[in-house]
Amino acid sequence: MDQLLDPAHHGIALVDPATEAPQHRPEPSRRGLLAAAGGALVLSAILPVRAARAEAQGPAEGAGALAPKPGTRVAAFLEIHPDGTIKLLSPFVEGGQGIATGLAQIVGEELDVPPSRFVVECAPPGPDYAVVNGIRMTGGSFSTRSSYDVMRRLGATARDLMIRAAASRLKVGDGELTTRDGIVLHAATNRSLAYGELAADALKLKPNEAVPLRDPKTFRYIRQPVPRIDVRDKATGRAVYAIDQKVDGMLYAAVQHAPRLGTEPETLKNEAEVKAMPGVHAVHRLPGAVAVTADSWWRARKAVEALQVGWSAAKPSGLDTVAADFSSAGMLGALKGSADPGHVAEEEGDVTGAFARAAKVVEAAYEAPYLAHAQLEPPSAIARFNGDGTLDVWLPNQMPEVFQAVSAKVAGLEPARVRIHSPMLGGFFGRHFTYDAGNPFPQAILLAKATGRPVKVLWSREEEFSRDALRPLSFSRFRAALDEAGQPTAIAVRTVGEGPIGRYFGMLMKTPVDPSAVEGIVEKPYAIPNRRMTFTKVAHPVNIAFWRSVGHSMNDAFYESFLDEVAQAGGQDPFALRMALLKGSARHRALLTAVAEMSGGWQRGPYRAEGGLRARGVAMASPFGSETATIAEVSVEGGEARVHNLWIAFDPGSIVNPAIVKAQVESAAALGLSSVLFEQIVYRDGVRQSQNYDTYPILRREHMPAVHVRIVESGAPMGGVGEPGLPGVPPAILNAIAALTGQRIRALPVANTKLGAV
Amino acid sequence: MVNLTINGRPHAVEAEPDTPLLFVLRDTLGMTGTKYGCGIAQCGACTVLLDGQATRSCQVPLESVGSQAVTTIEAIEQDPVGRKVVAAWISGQVPQCGYCQSGQVMAATALLKQTPRPSDSEIAEAMTNLCRCGTYNAIAAAVRQAAA
Repeated sequence: MDQLLDPAHHGIALVDPATEAPQHRPEPSRRGLLAAAGGALVLSAILPVRAARAEAQGPAEGAGALAPKPGTRVAAFLEIHPDGTIKLLSPFVEGGQGIATGLAQIVGEELDVPPSRFVVECAPPGPDYAVVNGIRMTGGSFSTRSSYDVMRRLGATARDLMIRAAASRLKVGDGELTTRDGIVLHAATNRSLAYGELAADALKLKPNEAVPLRDPKTFRYIRQPVPRIDVRDKATGRAVYAIDQKVDGMLYAAVQHAPRLGTEPETLKNEAEVKAMPGVHAVHRLPGAVAVTADSWWRARKAVEALQVGWSAAKPSGLDTVAADFSSAGMLGALKGSADPGHVAEEEGDVTGAFARAAKVVEAAYEAPYLAHAQLEPPSAIARFNGDGTLDVWLPNQMPEVFQAVSAKVAGLEPARVRIHSPMLGGFFGRHFTYDAGNPFPQAILLAKATGRPVKVLWSREEEFSRDALRPLSFSRFRAALDEAGQPTAIAVRTVGEGPIGRYFGMLMKTPVDPSAVEGIVEKPYAIPNRRMTFTKVAHPVNIAFWRSVGHSMNDAFYESFLDEVAQAGGQDPFALRMALLKGSARHRALLTAVAEMSGGWQRGPYRAEGGLRARGVAMASPFGSETATIAEVSVEGGEARVHNLWIAFDPGSIVNPAIVKAQVESAAALGLSSVLFEQIVYRDGVRQSQNYDTYPILRREHMPAVHVRIVESGAPMGGVGEPGLPGVPPAILNAIAALTGQRIRALPVANTKLGAV
Repeated sequence: MVNLTINGRPHAVEAEPDTPLLFVLRDTLGMTGTKYGCGIAQCGACTVLLDGQATRSCQVPLESVGSQAVTTIEAIEQDPVGRKVVAAWISGQVPQCGYCQSGQVMAATALLKQTPRPSDSEIAEAMTNLCRCGTYNAIAAAVRQAAA
């Protein structure tokens, strides 16, 4: 998402429909009702829509005025209560990344209220919250960096309103007043007023356009390891997720999806028997699924699993649908076999000439599998139609306005009649975008409509594994030209496949190159003078997804592994080669130096350590506006890789909460490790072969290495935090395995290869 | 009607005898601190204590609970060991998304009730619940802190 949302980035532009309506609708959908709600609606929901602005007037703005710039209207963000607590309506949803605490720090710093007094909730849909370059989403590691300035200003604006309201009340000049921890003080007369007493008056004042911000030298909360505001609730079971919610009179629903995406229920053999099961309300047919509504979820699940469903036949073959013979191996073959030259994603210098003059050419092809998100909270949704013609939907989501638009379409209502409630997420990692049939909320809406009751749909873990949208299986072919000295003079990369930006936001792309398919391969910091990267689109028939660090999650593994192959072919140490290729970038050299120092000095190995031989691999990555340098230490036990240490030097430019940043980097590293060692969704005969965590192994405690994180604040523009810790980890591990065993793994995950004894 | 003792209080519930205790807790009794993650005893998000033993409640049919005392996350701070575990979880800032953490806290409490000073390998053996946010190192550190 990074590049999509950066308006300055070449090739991508956000289109304002008021001035430049896109000419091309998304291609006609083959994915049925829910997909039809996808593209155009996504577009209308995420772009700044002028017509909607008339509805956005707050009490502080006069009638007829244009809606304020996102992130500026205090009343849309802050409720200041008489007891001194503050409710912050957040543009972002909290799902473990710590954004609720981070925003409380940023706003609290300027408002002069301790973060611990904040209660943070994800705001309902509305134009005030479109603070990510004019749109609203929780993703792309965008939350803090996109909102830092605007949220500081919001806090300062609110504080200024408090001071002016107090000045009026106390009949003194603004300049005579100070604030402290949510109180306005008049030192001369020793009088004070709490924000809670002033809030009602303060919000009637016209906000000052230019309020001074606090001098960073005096920060008390920003840049401090402030404790997370939600930790006690999460340690005591009191945190409320979508799955925990209940509304009066609701029915529970469980579903059974078609084994193959795109097929439909045709016959229900034992419908009458199932209807007679305890607690069953009704049996329903849905697009691509059957459902049972009942008075408890367990009863609904037992009943729906007892249903004997005859499904329509899938197409026998082909890649335009999930055909009866569809397989991940076949899909990979299609990517490998494509003859389409594609489009240039990056070109510099004279690649053809460099290869013609090369002393040596290195070639390698890399592949990565489909991946599931496997977040611990299974998806659920509650839909309730109200007597006044409105609809409430409670659901996990990363983009409320888009879910509102799609919900409205499914319900046949105007979006303004749909309220979206966005509770805390039990992990997300990119899971909670709309993804056509990859989410239960359309089912909840259809079932609520059918039953006339509120309905909560919960997908069992098995149904989640059958319909989660997947990190796309991917393939890239690399070539490098080396000179006599073993230095790379040219690199050419051909990437074939499809990325989620192209799938879901393709109408926003100005070029045919999907940035989410090539990120991690283009725009590298290395001084290789001649470069040519291409992208060839081959669409997947399966639902594809954003997955923590998106294209970087596999592409950095490919590129940085290949760079080690180049080093080897040129007879160079991989660390030294990187250092040499980074000669033009002090920032990257500093980071590489830092990670070497953290690990006790670069040594590739193999070397003897407790329990046997170990070796190390190094990798760099530049994801989401941040920079990382990673070193992994690996041994082999029983043919399997064991990672002992990960050292990560992380430069996000500047930070808000060092403890949260370190926790996020460690978390991302764990996911990178999990993916590279273990994870894959395999299709055979059109059906996924994983149903639960027993058939989709994820990182367990016994495989968790020590993770050492150092934050390097270079002062560069603030980068992302949630995702960037991941992409350096898979290649550092792959490079360490190669150093230890001589085996260069080019097909992920590592678990598919039996590692040699060392 | 089945009689249960949960967090020291009697409850009479009506559900099929094969209903997993997990869903009795969550849906029948509204005690949603115990989480559904996988339903096949892989992830441990549903961990409760049965007579003090960490148990994955998705695999406990209602009919098998009998007179065993059920302790859930909702009452964990009423237990002195549980209170120490929660305090260690907070001071160590363990949770990220938090979804698995009820089960982790229950597993840690059961471990420390039986083994007040666990070794690292005993921690590794007892703390097998999955965490997709990868908080494993923070969990182990918090267990050691609660044991100290």
